[in-house]
Amino acid sequence: MAGSTRGELGRHGEDVAAQYLTERGMVVLSRNWRCREGELDLVATDRQRLVVCEVKTRSGLGFGAPAEAVTPAKAARIRRLAATWLTSHHAGWCEVRFDVLAVLCPPQGPITVTHLPGAF
Amino acid sequence: MSLASAWSVALLGVDGVLVEIEADIGAGLPGLQLVGLPDAALSEARDRIRAAVLNSGESWPSRRMTLALSPATLPKVGSGYDVALAVALLAADRTVPADRLRGTVLIGELALDGRLRPVHGVLPAVLAARRAGMHRVVVPRGALAEAALVDGVEVHGAARLRDVLAWLRDPTAQLERPGPSRPAPPAVVPDLADVLGQPDARWAVEVAAAGGHHLLLTGPPGTGKTMLAQRMVGLLPELCVEDALEVTAIHSVAGLLTPDTPLLTTPPFVAPHHTSSMTALIGGGSGLARPGAVSRAHRGVLLLDEVPEFGPRSLEALRTPLEDGEVRLARRDGVVTYPARCQLVLAANPCPCAPPDERDCTCAPAARRRYLGRLSGPLLDRVDLRVALRPVTQMDGAGCEPESTTVVRERVFAARRAARVRWGDRGWATNAEVPGSALRRRYRLSPTVRAPIEHSLQMGLLTARGADRCLRVAWTVADLAGHDCPSEEDVAVALNFKDRRAA
Repeated sequence: MAGSTRGELGRHGEDVAAQYLTERGMVVLSRNWRCREGELDLVATDRQRLVVCEVKTRSGLGFGAPAEAVTPAKAARIRRLAATWLTSHHAGWCEVRFDVLAVLCPPQGPITVTHLPGAF
Repeated sequence: MSLASAWSVALLGVDGVLVEIEADIGAGLPGLQLVGLPDAALSEARDRIRAAVLNSGESWPSRRMTLALSPATLPKVGSGYDVALAVALLAADRTVPADRLRGTVLIGELALDGRLRPVHGVLPAVLAARRAGMHRVVVPRGALAEAALVDGVEVHGAARLRDVLAWLRDPTAQLERPGPSRPAPPAVVPDLADVLGQPDARWAVEVAAAGGHHLLLTGPPGTGKTMLAQRMVGLLPELCVEDALEVTAIHSVAGLLTPDTPLLTTPPFVAPHHTSSMTALIGGGSGLARPGAVSRAHRGVLLLDEVPEFGPRSLEALRTPLEDGEVRLARRDGVVTYPARCQLVLAANPCPCAPPDERDCTCAPAARRRYLGRLSGPLLDRVDLRVALRPVTQMDGAGCEPESTTVVRERVFAARRAARVRWGDRGWATNAEVPGSALRRRYRLSPTVRAPIEHSLQMGLLTARGADRCLRVAWTVADLAGHDCPSEEDVAVALNFKDRRAA
């Protein structure tokens, strides 16, 4: 991923994350779902509950682990957005889980995905 | 889900409570929670230990970490928990084995580069650890000499967090052990031979030193009040081991110990300035009270120079500590008790103008009365010896060399020995500590000897407490004179010292 811009790195991370979830039997319902308040990276389901994922991609650990960048304010916004997603999709009442997928894409070496289920 | 725990100590005055530090690492967003009523300095430990762990070459667990300090309801103050927090965290992360943490208390603040910094109150903390049955203590290297004063517990010193982790990983590794204790250099106390004349006042200082009595010196400026008071410490014997530990613990909590003199063996001499606040004198502060001058002078001398200039509230606050030998200070985070068995020496001018010769005084009678009137009756009632200094009229003291500290100390020590032989099995070291009831019953004097005191009581010149104090001074005078029991003359001398008209 050498020479990629921040946007490209993020999109690549989201691709990796979506593939990761699909490989584990989940169905991705939305990617980069936007509304006025912001964006949800991945909305998926494991056929029992809705899984709202925040994907954090980093190319190195110089600024801390990727998952550390999910601040309480960001977590609160994602919770609000999840409710908006449910109303706009007329999904009705269902169980919702909030996950963080930390994707580490170092310039050389393998890509690692850390899945934190029920992170907040 | 991994768990580990380490031990540290929370200080409540000069007492300590063992604190268990539990670390839990679990699933969730990375972050560190610190629970268990930390104060501001302890909350900042989060950032200190993160930097220290990373700079010690360890990786920082990027998972959800919770550190709990138990008992959870006890407010924790200060940075001394840093090492224990960091080690508990790394043990929970399985970076280091937890075997050696069992029975080990860790004390010390972490610098960002992983060095261990000394904290206040290491000695009382180690004492508390021993009381709680811990058998190992790890302290910063700078506090090793202080911690080594405690027997019966293995003391280790570490310079960096890296050393502590290596010690935990390798069962054969050793941390620094305390070397042989160096005797403290003898304190330089000015000699009594420097004071010109003043036979009465010298005698009073000798009696005060022999019996542990409180003393008031009055006289014109420049006659040697302060000089005499400063020389009183030289007349007192060295502290016994128990007292030395107690005094050192107070100084450790106050943060006054230097690495060169871990154990204070000479009686402390504390002379606060007359602008000192009540808090500075008695102890206090927000949160948990810290010791004041009266506790720092425990087992030593507290000199209040120019005593009428002190605020009346500060002086009145001294009353209860003087009587009880301890101060109980209640603040937001709890009640702490500091020992405060000091010998009080007050020095005052007789009036605001204070000319060398009393006859030249230009103060109005009311001003004179008001000046010494600032010392309240109840406070003066607690002073056993009052003596007025006279102006010095000759530079060479009428040809004879004034007695030196060594000579006077011999007499004082002999008198103290006599007192200890008499009261020793009852646990009183000096005459001043003997309760009045014992003086009036078990050691009652014959009616003829007691007569002058009874007379003063009847005349209203003495209070009941004053009479007790008078008896104690009489015993000291008898000890100095080598009498087995106070004679009529000894009682007369004691009564004369107590006389309000004398000063």
